[in-house]
Amino acid sequence: MATALAKAADAGTSVEYSARIEHVSKSFAGPAGQQLVLDDITLDVAPGEFVTLLGASGCGKSTLLNLVAGLDRPTAGDITTDGRPALMFQEHALFPWLTAGKNIELALKLRGTPKAERRGRAEELLALVRLQGAYGKRVHELSGGMRQRVALARALAQDSRLLLMDEPFAALDAITRDVLHDELTRIWRETGLSVLFVTHNVREAVRLAERVVLLSSRPGRVAREWRVDIPQPRRIEDAAVAELSREITEELRGEIRRHGQH
Amino acid sequence: MASTDTPAVKDGNDLAGLEAGLDALETVQTSRTPFRTTFTQKIVPPVTAVVLVLLVWQALVSFNIVDDPSKLPSPGDVWGEVEDAWLQGTLLDYIWTSVSRGLLGFLMALAIGTPLGLLVARVRFVRAAIGPILSGLQSLPSVAWVPPAVIWLGLNNSMMYAVILLGAVPSIANGLVSGVDQVPPLFLRAGRTMGATGLRGTWHIVMPAALPGYLAGLKQGWAFSWRSLMAAEIIASSPELGVGLGQLLENGRNTSSMSMVFLAILLILVVGIAIDLLIFSPLERRVLRSRGLLVKS
Ligand SMILES: Nc1ncnc2c1ncn2[C@@H]1O[C@H](COP(=O)(O)OP(=O)(O)O)[C@@H](O)[C@H]1O
Ligand SMILES: [Mg+2]
Repeated sequence: MATALAKAADAGTSVEYSARIEHVSKSFAGPAGQQLVLDDITLDVAPGEFVTLLGASGCGKSTLLNLVAGLDRPTAGDITTDGRPALMFQEHALFPWLTAGKNIELALKLRGTPKAERRGRAEELLALVRLQGAYGKRVHELSGGMRQRVALARALAQDSRLLLMDEPFAALDAITRDVLHDELTRIWRETGLSVLFVTHNVREAVRLAERVVLLSSRPGRVAREWRVDIPQPRRIEDAAVAELSREITEELRGEIRRHGQH
Repeated sequence: MASTDTPAVKDGNDLAGLEAGLDALETVQTSRTPFRTTFTQKIVPPVTAVVLVLLVWQALVSFNIVDDPSKLPSPGDVWGEVEDAWLQGTLLDYIWTSVSRGLLGFLMALAIGTPLGLLVARVRFVRAAIGPILSGLQSLPSVAWVPPAVIWLGLNNSMMYAVILLGAVPSIANGLVSGVDQVPPLFLRAGRTMGATGLRGTWHIVMPAALPGYLAGLKQGWAFSWRSLMAAEIIASSPELGVGLGQLLENGRNTSSMSMVFLAILLILVVGIAIDLLIFSPLERRVLRSRGLLVKS
């Protein structure tokens, strides 16, 4: 926490967290009555921090992210965020009736950017994700990796201090995913955003994060946390990344094994 | 934030190059179909079909297979009827009387059907209340409305418009409802995280996302407008109403002029097809193509 506070002071902000999740539980009405999906989750994301939320499929990662994004309400507990967070999905969720540039401009418009500034700002954001020529491109004309970069640019257009990402690279091929990891790290360091990144991929979690939070399954609880001190830029094949990944994978497997024992 | 020492810069350049390569490899190339292909695939087949029908028709008359001209006039007779109407300057009048009525009625149906469809799609109570009636009305032949409309409104233009509205409004509203129902929830969630809720969400996300379904409804709405108008014109002809295509058909029957009947049927068909080909199909294709939903066959 000390480093987090130091960072907040560094950025000159008065809030000491970007997202604060306090004793949050969530249950859904299922066939067998109420099904508890998230149980007493407490988690802070410090300003400028990159946290990955790791867990097996179905453990409630997306549910938690939706709660933080304000798309759903917790059954119990409180969530406070520093402004409205931006959210990026596994599917690009770009609007096919708009060009890449206009998708970004819509986000700018909705947050109140004056009309005269939108075009220029959209071009800047496209340049940030290295898609200078894509302004007039339709969504279907872009490759999977390009779509996710436009989606990232659109999320950045919201000018939120917190970026939520729900397995945004899971559907991409390995080479493209590596490239996007590098891009995301670069953009995170350039912008000073806080990121809460959900994944079920251990190496991805270690490659990106300053802190990895492991969720258990059924119900989802914070099982363990790791601080990742490997200096950036990292590569997914770095020995240090592989070593920590092995340790975390063991823990994750243990979590999963528990469910087969009864 | 990031220290820009030499390794980082080099790393950045490598990344940019790699990324540019990936983009270039993965981008799909789209090209326009050459005119020759359009010609052989889209124009030749329907023209061939029309020519064949004309040949069979002419053969039926020439070889006396149907030898009663009051039952089947020759293509030449019908063409003569077209020429006469053209020379008297009445041909375009017939067409314009019906088309202007049809389009005006359709625009009114659009103005009523669109908000109605939005209400049904977005307000649960309204949907439960009138949703089923609205989709039921769609399958009611709009000719059924002609007798009551005549009784309520008399033999005048209002009655024509009433019949058009009753035929087209349900189609337009239902098209919009199914368009809205098919909007992927992901778009709504993405919109909400961007702050597009309530009316802003409807305007920026729901309406454009529902556009393909809406257009399909418009297309069907036009077909229904045109059909109901023709039914109304045939049943309710009166001198003050002017001569539209429906009245032309009815006049042909009354004067036992089969070539006039054929002329009227042909014009009704041609106008219906022309409006679809000139307005609705290009609109629909444009929308679908811009979204990458039109797969080239
Ligand atoms: N709206 C919902 N209604 C009922 N159950 C849900 C709903 N959303 C998620 N769940 C359940 O919650 C659990 C966690 O889902 P999710 O958060 O999508 O997992 P993850 O993203 O970790 O794969 C799953 O068992 C899922 O069936
Ligand atoms: Mg998920």
